[in-house]
Amino acid sequence: MSIHPAVLAATIPDSITFAIAAAISVIGALGVVLSRNPVHSALMLVMTLFGVAVLFVEENAQFLAAVQVIVYAGAIVVLFLFVIMLLGVDRREVTERDPLRGQRAVALLLGILGLVEVILLAGGKWPTGAHSAAGAINVTGRSNVALLGDAVFTTYLLPFEITSALLVIAVIGAVVLARRPRQAGDREQPQIGGGDIITADVLGPDSLIRPEIEEATGSSDVHEELDKSSFERSDP
Amino acid sequence: MGDPLFSNGVGLAVWIIVVVKVLLAFGFLMVSVMLMIWFERKVISDMQNRIGPNRAGPFGILQTLADGIKLFFKEDLMPDKADRFVFKLAPYLTVLPAFLIFTLVPVGGVVTIAHHVVELQVADPPMGILLLLALSSVAVYGTMLAGWSSGSKYPLLGSVRASAQMISYEAAMGLSVAAVILESHSLSTRAIVAAQAPHFWDWGVFRTGVVPFLVFFVAVTAELNRPPFDLTEGEQELVGGFHTEYSSIRFALFFLAEFMNAITMSAIMVTLFFGGPDGPGFHFVRWLWPILWFLGKTLVFLYGYVWIRAALPRLRYDQLMDLGWKRLIPLSLGWLLVIAATSINAVWGFSVLGGGIVAAGVLYQSLRVSSRRREALAMEGGLGRAGRLASHQVQLRSVPDGPGAPVVTGGGTSEGGGS
Repeated sequence: MSIHPAVLAATIPDSITFAIAAAISVIGALGVVLSRNPVHSALMLVMTLFGVAVLFVEENAQFLAAVQVIVYAGAIVVLFLFVIMLLGVDRREVTERDPLRGQRAVALLLGILGLVEVILLAGGKWPTGAHSAAGAINVTGRSNVALLGDAVFTTYLLPFEITSALLVIAVIGAVVLARRPRQAGDREQPQIGGGDIITADVLGPDSLIRPEIEEATGSSDVHEELDKSSFERSDP
Repeated sequence: MGDPLFSNGVGLAVWIIVVVKVLLAFGFLMVSVMLMIWFERKVISDMQNRIGPNRAGPFGILQTLADGIKLFFKEDLMPDKADRFVFKLAPYLTVLPAFLIFTLVPVGGVVTIAHHVVELQVADPPMGILLLLALSSVAVYGTMLAGWSSGSKYPLLGSVRASAQMISYEAAMGLSVAAVILESHSLSTRAIVAAQAPHFWDWGVFRTGVVPFLVFFVAVTAELNRPPFDLTEGEQELVGGFHTEYSSIRFALFFLAEFMNAITMSAIMVTLFFGGPDGPGFHFVRWLWPILWFLGKTLVFLYGYVWIRAALPRLRYDQLMDLGWKRLIPLSLGWLLVIAATSINAVWGFSVLGGGIVAAGVLYQSLRVSSRRREALAMEGGLGRAGRLASHQVQLRSVPDGPGAPVVTGGGTSEGGGS
């Protein structure tokens, strides 16, 4: 298999773009882990996704880049933000104790293993690993998008359809699990979908509750108090 | 195509042309936003038998400039509880997508400047119209983060509403764009325009059978939070919506983005459905006519937006969600299937159309049954607030019928699926 001419012609602008995009992705990834505030973490994740999208464009995978932004930045991280904002997880979390024991050591080990694997696979061909593509991505006169469409809807039709069936099953499963049949006379429950029952935690970055107050009282009384005081509304 | 980074090297002339195109597009958008705000105020005034702005400049045309200068010199406030960085970031996240989407729009034909063939559009990337979807999903962040970072409750409620609305309507918008892509066999905006070229009956709106255009128009109006879908800033309910806490130049940026979006989306609609710069031209100054056609068509849509704003009352929140999820998405999905089947042959097309109509009947029946059951449950006090709201709607509707719809309990769904 011959090396794609675009790689051979990888000149200065190519390297500069790669360096900037790679730096953006790495800084974003570090930010996701190191930010104290979950919303900042989510934003850093968006930054990483954008950096990776630029790298995709650089590799001539335009469709992948667009889908990366539409699906991940546009839908998934927005959902993360929704959950963070609505369920009020945006208090500073206790990061001293891990939920799983030995989590950090294992994560570090896996990270190093992954990095070593990538370096071995790249085989010293910086910055664009040439032998990654299974075929020419650009036949003259046909765009990457058209070729991808051809491949997905002819050669790989079955895997494609199975994947879409899997997604539908996941959606239906989520709906079934979330909507347990209601009995008449059930207690009214706060519904996020209803849109107007929100706890005090939602309110903004510092969420009305200063961490020091919470530490001082050491209980969740503050929440309830604020809940009542700031959200009196006349129930019809 | 390919070679997005000009790895093979580019001349100075190409650089200059690209820079000039970007600057021209930016300048054009800024000036047209200024004119658009004036236009909207003037037209609404006319419709309400008022005079409207008439002091600054001829016909008050410089009113926006005066307002802009005033906003610029106002005090810039930031709430104590605001997240400082995100608060400052959010307005830019709103403005940028609005501008970037416009770079996709082919404004005119092709001109030759100093032996370089120049397309009259800032960029024509191979992923083309997908970039529209990507950027409009990025626009959600601006709204969402503006509300959240203000650290105040009305902006937060406004931004939750806004982002839920934008995400909901994005699906319908994407599906109607897919219909256009299916007809034009390309993602590139220039190719989409070229596919609608020779006659006006080749325009996307006719080739895709009007429905995708209507869905797109409604979805875009909701996406932009324009009336009648401006629940995010319902003054009576939410003070000013997600930008309540913003002032001075940051508020101006939100305002700018709102009107820039209206212009950009009108331009996108012209591109996707009305042939872009297509139209009869004359033999002198040949490059000018496509641009004039493009501007004229865009202006029609801008007037449409203003007209809608003046004429229609705001929707209620559950009506908004019902319209998006229960009507527009099934409709555009079904129509997409019909278009796909029609492009095989007519028999397939008509059978899928028939199937779609039957499915629509079933869907309608099931929605009716579901709303009746909700009503019945609400009567017994078994539903949350959202349920009561929906049943309230049902009651309102059934008032003229007399004693109201029969209360269906438990499994009384025997009338489902009648088609």
